[in-house]
Amino acid sequence: MQRAFPWHLIFFLAPAVIIYTAFSAYPLLDTLRLSFFTDSETGERSFAGLANFVTLLGDSVWSEPFWNAMWNNTQFFLIHLLVQNPIGLGLAALLSLKGLRGARTYRTLIFLPTLLSVVIIGFIWQLILSPLWGVSENFLYALGLGEYFDAWLGRESSALITLSLISVWQFIGIPMMLIYASLLSIPDELLEAAKVDGASPFRIFWRIKVPLILPTLGLVTILTFVGNFNTFELVYAVKGALAGPDFSTDIMGTFFYRTFFGYQSQLGSATMGATVATLMFLVILLGVMAYFYFIQRRLTRYQL
Amino acid sequence: MTTSYRYPDKARMGLVHLALLGYTLIALFPIVLVIINSFKSRAAIFNDPLSLPDTDSFTLIGYTKVLQESDILLYFGNSLLVTVIPLFLVLLFGAMAAWALSEYRFRGSRLLVLFLAMGIMVPIRLGTVSILETMVGLNLVNTHMALILVYTAMGLPLAIFILTEFIGQVPNELKEAARCDGISEIRLFFQIILPLVRPAVATVAVFTMVPMWNDLWFPLILAPGDATKTIQLGVQQFIGQYATDWNSVLAALSLAVLPILVLYVFFSQQLISGLTSGAVK
Repeated sequence: MQRAFPWHLIFFLAPAVIIYTAFSAYPLLDTLRLSFFTDSETGERSFAGLANFVTLLGDSVWSEPFWNAMWNNTQFFLIHLLVQNPIGLGLAALLSLKGLRGARTYRTLIFLPTLLSVVIIGFIWQLILSPLWGVSENFLYALGLGEYFDAWLGRESSALITLSLISVWQFIGIPMMLIYASLLSIPDELLEAAKVDGASPFRIFWRIKVPLILPTLGLVTILTFVGNFNTFELVYAVKGALAGPDFSTDIMGTFFYRTFFGYQSQLGSATMGATVATLMFLVILLGVMAYFYFIQRRLTRYQL
Repeated sequence: MTTSYRYPDKARMGLVHLALLGYTLIALFPIVLVIINSFKSRAAIFNDPLSLPDTDSFTLIGYTKVLQESDILLYFGNSLLVTVIPLFLVLLFGAMAAWALSEYRFRGSRLLVLFLAMGIMVPIRLGTVSILETMVGLNLVNTHMALILVYTAMGLPLAIFILTEFIGQVPNELKEAARCDGISEIRLFFQIILPLVRPAVATVAVFTMVPMWNDLWFPLILAPGDATKTIQLGVQQFIGQYATDWNSVLAALSLAVLPILVLYVFFSQQLISGLTSGAVK
C-alpha cells in the first residue's frame, strides 16, 4: 500500500529549514567559496584560486596584522581559560555546598553581568578605569597600592590583558552555571560514602567531584574557545575598529571587520573579508574537532 | 542531615559566605556605580563618585539630554522589534521542526539533524560577507527585515536542539490516544504538544532573546541607518559623540541596562533553572 505523501512533515520542517539554510548555512558556504575569488576594480568577480590566501599569509602588509590578531586572540582565549574557568569552578564549588543559605541569591546576582550587552559593559569599565574619573585609582590608594595605578586600557603592554579581564568579569556566569549544574547532578550517596570513609572536603572535591565533571569542563573550554575567536564587540566598543594602541588589542573579529569594510586609506574587500572569515572558520573547526576527538573521546562518561 | 553545624563547620560556612559575598560585590559594583552616578550632578560625579545622590547633587540633566538629543526611544523600539519578532519565529518554527525531528522517522533525518547542529557550533557571523551580499540583492539593507531574518536563522539551531529533547519526553500514549480520536497531525501539535512543552519554550526564549538584544555586529553591518538603529548601536554612537559629557554618558548607559535589569527581576528564576537543568550533558 502506498502511503500518502507526508505533507505534514514538509509543513513542520520547511519554515525552519528554509530560513536556516538561506541566512545561515548557505552564507557560510558561500563565504568559503568567495575566498577563492577576487573583485577587479570595475567590480567584476573572477576565480583566483588560492591567491587571496597567498596574499594574506605571504604578503607582509597582510600577514603581519593577521598573525598579530591571531596571537592577540590566542592570548585573549588563554586568559579566559586560566582565569575565567578556574574562578567559575571555584564559585560553582562554593555554591553547590550542602546547606548553604542564599545560594539562589548569590548565583542570580553573579550571573547578572553576563546578560548585559558587551558594548555597555565595555563603556562602563572604560569609565571606571579612566584616570579622569579616578574611581579605580582612589580605590587602589585606599588599599595602599596607589602607585601601581596606570591607564591600563591606554598602554600597549596592558590594554589586551585589561580587555580580557573585563570580558572574564562579564562572562564568568556561564562556566559557573554549567559547572554548578553538573556538580548538583552528582548523587548524594557517592559523597556521603566518601565522607563516611573520612575523606576531607578538599579531597572529595579533587578526587571525586572534579573527575566527575570533566566532561562539563571540556564543554566550557570549547564554548569559551568558539566565543573568544568570534568576538568583536568589546574591542570595537572600547578601542574602535583600529583596536589601538597600535593594534595591540586587534583580534580576529576586528581584523575581519576592517578587512571587509576598509579603514583609513585601505579599501574594504569582500573577497579578502571572506578569506579572513574562512581562516577563522578553520581555526574554530580545528578547535571543535580537537575537542571531539581528543577530549570528548578520552573522557570516561560516568553513568550517573 | 542535621541543621545545626558544629563550631568549625560554622566558621567554614562563614568563610564561604565571605567569598561569595565578595564576588557578588565585584559583579555588581560597576553597574551600581554607573546607575547611581547617572542621577548626580557633574561636580558630585567627580568629587564623590561612591556616594548616593542627595538633595544637593540629584539631577536628571543627563537623562533629559539623552532623550532630547538622541532618538533613544526610537532605538528602543527598533531593538524591541528585531528581538520580539525573531523570538516568536524561532520559538514557533523551532518547536515545529523539533516535533518533526523527534516524532517522525524519515530518510535523511539524521543528516538533517547534523546539518542543523552545525549552526550551534559555527558562528553565523562567519557568513557575514555573503549575508550582506544577499541583503543587498534583496534590497533589504537598512530594514528591520534584514535583522529579523538573520536573527531567526541564528536562534533556530539551539532552539531546535533543546526543544527536541523536551518534545521527545512527551508520553506516547498521549499522542496515540489523540490519534485514535482522528485528530490531524497539525492539530495534534498545536493543541496538545505545544501547550505541554510550554515551560521548555520559556527557557529557550530567554536563551534566544539575550544574544539578539545585545548584538552589535549585525546592526552595524546590515542596518546602521538612523531609522533602523538598535539601542546598542545608538548608545555606542551617542557615547562616541558626547564622550566628555559625563552626565549624558552615564544616563545613556543606565537607560541601555534598564530593560534587561527589569526583565531579569521577573525572569531570573526561570532562566537559571533552565540553565541548570536543561542543555547540560
